[in-house]
Amino acid sequence: MSRDLLKFLAFAVLVLLAPLYFKGGYLMNVLVFVGIHTMLAIGLNLLLGYAGQISLGHAGFFGMGAYLSGILTATYAWNPWLAMPLAALLVGALAFMIGFPILKLKGHYLAMATLGMGIIIYIVFNETIDLTGGPSGLSGIPSLSIGTFTFDSDVKNYYLIWSITLGTILLTLNLANSRVGRALRAVHDSEVAARVVGVNARLLKVQIFALSAVISSVAGSLYAHTMTFVAPASFGFNFSVELLTMVVIGGLGSIYGSFLGAALLTLLPEFLRAAHDYDIIIYGGLLMLMVMFMPGGLVRGIPDLFRMLVKGRGGDGHA
Amino acid sequence: MLEVSGITQIFGGVTALEDVSFSINRGEITGVIGPNGAGKTTLFNIISGIYTQTSGRVFLNGREISGLPPEKLAHLKMVRTFQNIELFGGMTVLENVMVGLHTRSSSGLLACSLRMPWSRVEESGIREAAMKWLEFTGITDLADMTAGNLPFGKGRMLEIARALAVEPEIILMDEPAAGLNSQETLGLARLIRQIRDLGITVVLVEHDMELVMDICERIVVLNLGRKLAEGSPREIQDNPEVIAAYLGDE
Repeated sequence: MSRDLLKFLAFAVLVLLAPLYFKGGYLMNVLVFVGIHTMLAIGLNLLLGYAGQISLGHAGFFGMGAYLSGILTATYAWNPWLAMPLAALLVGALAFMIGFPILKLKGHYLAMATLGMGIIIYIVFNETIDLTGGPSGLSGIPSLSIGTFTFDSDVKNYYLIWSITLGTILLTLNLANSRVGRALRAVHDSEVAARVVGVNARLLKVQIFALSAVISSVAGSLYAHTMTFVAPASFGFNFSVELLTMVVIGGLGSIYGSFLGAALLTLLPEFLRAAHDYDIIIYGGLLMLMVMFMPGGLVRGIPDLFRMLVKGRGGDGHA
Repeated sequence: MLEVSGITQIFGGVTALEDVSFSINRGEITGVIGPNGAGKTTLFNIISGIYTQTSGRVFLNGREISGLPPEKLAHLKMVRTFQNIELFGGMTVLENVMVGLHTRSSSGLLACSLRMPWSRVEESGIREAAMKWLEFTGITDLADMTAGNLPFGKGRMLEIARALAVEPEIILMDEPAAGLNSQETLGLARLIRQIRDLGITVVLVEHDMELVMDICERIVVLNLGRKLAEGSPREIQDNPEVIAAYLGDE
């Protein structure tokens, strides 16, 4: 059909064939996390790249999804497939309610408010020990299963998580190319002009904040069932910054860019094991370099670089 | 059609508008003129819901619209353009106009994500209508260009196309000729008449006297925040108070 759909199908085929190449090695486990991080980056990108509203607290929504799923299934023995949508609904509703007051804020003030929100959520994970197990975490979360089939290996989890990630990519691509996606970008470029032509900017921002929280929550539930253990340290401020870095490095306002950013930032640490303690410095450096030299992110920067190289070889002087 | 009644706007200690009243007739081109600082743009910002006035009321088709936000006014078929054009710079020319059709469509978050059949039908309708407005304003050939890269004159046309896509009954234009060369201004005059011929009421704030006298059927003159005069271009040109306000008292 359309070029967009072909592009998506090609991407989906690559994703589904990847395990054949990696033959279930250690990297499979990392690729599971690339999938989870891709969902998270897409969720944040809808807000930051499309609607132009920053959030420094998205790790909180991710954590809430993980903990709600974890607590409902490990402590209360719920069916995980029931816990996941309920968690998403609750997190979405909470984000909707928080969104109304805080999305009135702009720029630095919104950054501070979402930062505060993330920190509060993190403190709740740490302090409500009866529910969450506190700093030592919550264990015994069951793996997901369908009937008697349990997703208990990396390859199985890979297919499970990537099916949901691919679904997220398809739905958000649709959204981005629709009247709602256009309205979001319009609000980003000129809120007053968008309002003048009838876009309810305030409601739209809150809706997209909630949707982005729902996606983060689902990613969190999947994370909990894959790891079977969650602890607050995974959902702190550092991770919010890492998510932001993924979105910016991959490309603001690009769904595939979110995948590139998530893939790079998930794979990179595996190759930089020795530099483990310096990862936040490396992220910071990367972020600075990207903003300075590739403000469109990898998804636009790589083709530009390629064109520049080809042109340079063509010999028209200024490469 | 549009009635402004006793509008007063005070910013801090400064009275920008004082007890301004007038009404706009349906289907006419009305000009709001006045020397710099007369309060024209402030008045527009109040009518279009961007500022809330200190006192006074605004009515659209007999319904009070004071204090309604701009997005509500778009649904009531009133739209405006800006002196320093406000485009969606990162989007294409066509997409800019497609956003103008927001009130003419209704697919929500879920229907758009799932590409439901009706939202696809709606989408192609939006595209078609947007193309029609590009054609109307003569910028069809620029449809795929990024709006941020447009030359100023074309940007102005795009802003008008986007406003028309709302299918307004009344359009407020804030200094549409500002920044245009004489050729472009002629084109603008022609376009404004064509807009009026569609049955759309046009109100413009304008500095270009030649344009105002040429196309406006009625003129409201503001000076120092008050209404100074109101009438046909001929009456305004002959009004001694207006002449004094523009040229200074002898």
